[in-house]
Amino acid sequence: MSMIILKPGLLTTVQDLGRYGAQQFGVIVAGAMDAFALRISNLLVGNDENAAGLEITMVGPEIYFAERTLISVCGGDLSPVLNDREVPLWKTVVAPEGSLLRFGRVRLGCRAYLAVAGGVDAPVRMNSRSTYLRAGIGGWEGRSLQKGDRLPVGAASPANRALTALLADEAEADGVAFSRWSVAPDLLPSYTANPEVRAVPGQEAALFEKDSAVRFLNETYQIRTESDRMGYRLTGEILRLREKRELASAAVTFGTVQVPPDGQPIVLMADRQTIGGYPKIAQVASVDLALLAQANLGERIRFRSVSWREAQRLYLIRENGIRMLRSALAHINAGVDGKV
Amino acid sequence: MNEWSEKYGKYGVLEAKLLPLGDSAVTVQFGETICRQTHDRVRQLAEHLEGHRFAGMIEYVPAFLSVTVYFDPFEALAGLGDGADPSGGADPLALVAGWLGDQLAKLEDAPQRTPSVTEIPVCYGGELGPDLPEVAAAHGLSEEEVVEIHASADYLVYMLGFAPGFAYLGGLPKRIATPRRRTPRLSIPAGTVGIAGDQTGVYPIATPGGWQLIGRTPDPLFLPDAMPPALLRAGDIVRFRPISRAEFDRREAARR
Repeated sequence: MSMIILKPGLLTTVQDLGRYGAQQFGVIVAGAMDAFALRISNLLVGNDENAAGLEITMVGPEIYFAERTLISVCGGDLSPVLNDREVPLWKTVVAPEGSLLRFGRVRLGCRAYLAVAGGVDAPVRMNSRSTYLRAGIGGWEGRSLQKGDRLPVGAASPANRALTALLADEAEADGVAFSRWSVAPDLLPSYTANPEVRAVPGQEAALFEKDSAVRFLNETYQIRTESDRMGYRLTGEILRLREKRELASAAVTFGTVQVPPDGQPIVLMADRQTIGGYPKIAQVASVDLALLAQANLGERIRFRSVSWREAQRLYLIRENGIRMLRSALAHINAGVDGKV
Repeated sequence: MNEWSEKYGKYGVLEAKLLPLGDSAVTVQFGETICRQTHDRVRQLAEHLEGHRFAGMIEYVPAFLSVTVYFDPFEALAGLGDGADPSGGADPLALVAGWLGDQLAKLEDAPQRTPSVTEIPVCYGGELGPDLPEVAAAHGLSEEEVVEIHASADYLVYMLGFAPGFAYLGGLPKRIATPRRRTPRLSIPAGTVGIAGDQTGVYPIATPGGWQLIGRTPDPLFLPDAMPPALLRAGDIVRFRPISRAEFDRREAARR
């Protein structure tokens, strides 16, 4: 099985949930920007959550499926169309043999995730299939997809096959089928333009002027055009330290908000370096990374302070929800039809 | 609200500060200044974590003053939390901090592993080290003297980062410390050895940069097909050995 890239789109890359275990050697994590959306799309086709899929940015690709393929599109709404039929997000979809998946206008967010049953079978490099663009390794030949790429799809598991069989029965004359099941709306992050993002204090929050700490939470920050998968550069009120200080570089993570000497914060994203030397004013709560990942250039972000305990509570609720979705899908697979 | 945010304490023979990095990581910081003793503490904990893990622990990253441990809060809660209810005010950060405190209390007073010494062959000067004349002139030294000074020191790998396999080296003799170039180069080839202020290092992959370039090694520092994927690791000692252009070419040809 394979899928053929007829048009690559703006920036389409192979991503799984990231490359872990080698950060101490300076190897970045990479992986899906909106990991939630990739996880859900994988679950909906019966994959392991960590299977590799495609991260599609702003301008989507055109993809040809020679054989019947079970797919799911989640995350940002880039108007996916399968053989002239609009594809609903957050559902399981049968793409019949010889079908064409295209994308259109950006309706919400900026990154869509495409999962295929069996996963994109790109070579595993350092425990991951994620594309590490800067080092030119991982993913598909270490780069974003190009016209003519033929991506192998992994062998279908029993779960993949059961879901395909179940849905294929409901297919219409053109062979396309959309699942009746979908993801419960309350599990979804509240995707919106200009999101409010919850954050806990950063490790150096106390080093900032009191005024700066207050402004950081009360003003909005605009995402500059120089932003990318590595980090979002923000423009807004200048943030100042109480006194000038050189910090010894230390580990950072997804969602770390650091402030370089120009006082304009940078939020570190999926392709962040492993360590950083700028003072960290805040850390985005893990549950809201998906909102950030879907925020477009030029949008405004407002940060809201929450306690560590609240950030953890939100995390645990989200994870519980994902596990419930996983077992509900297993039930469907076992032949018990129901709502997810 | 009485929640954990930062703990400073004595654990056995060690003093450390534990602070959260968001909801899924904890940093253990050993001191405020970069020095050999703090580095030894970092190494001790890193070595210990090689053999001791908790459920949900993903990995750890050593840095100049600290070790950061990344984990999955859901798994950590299940593993360390005695079946605590995920919805009922559970605090995985506190559980992980508690576990780390227990580990710190078990540590000995010195690192156990003898540091490995890695020799890195370098062809200095010429087209592979175009800034060598400038560095020499800046200090009133000959090119040969700069090479001799650079290659006679032992360098300590404080940590890796910035690029895959890039080592932050301590120990550059002050006599050849040189400020960065005013205009950074757009691309510096992999293997290039440079000086920036009181730091020296080797670029593992081609990147833009403002370092003073004094030579190049034919040996790869980033090894994406090996585990570990880097020639060096934190705590190692590095020595540079001058080689001729002929040897450089021979070694580089042998790699292909």
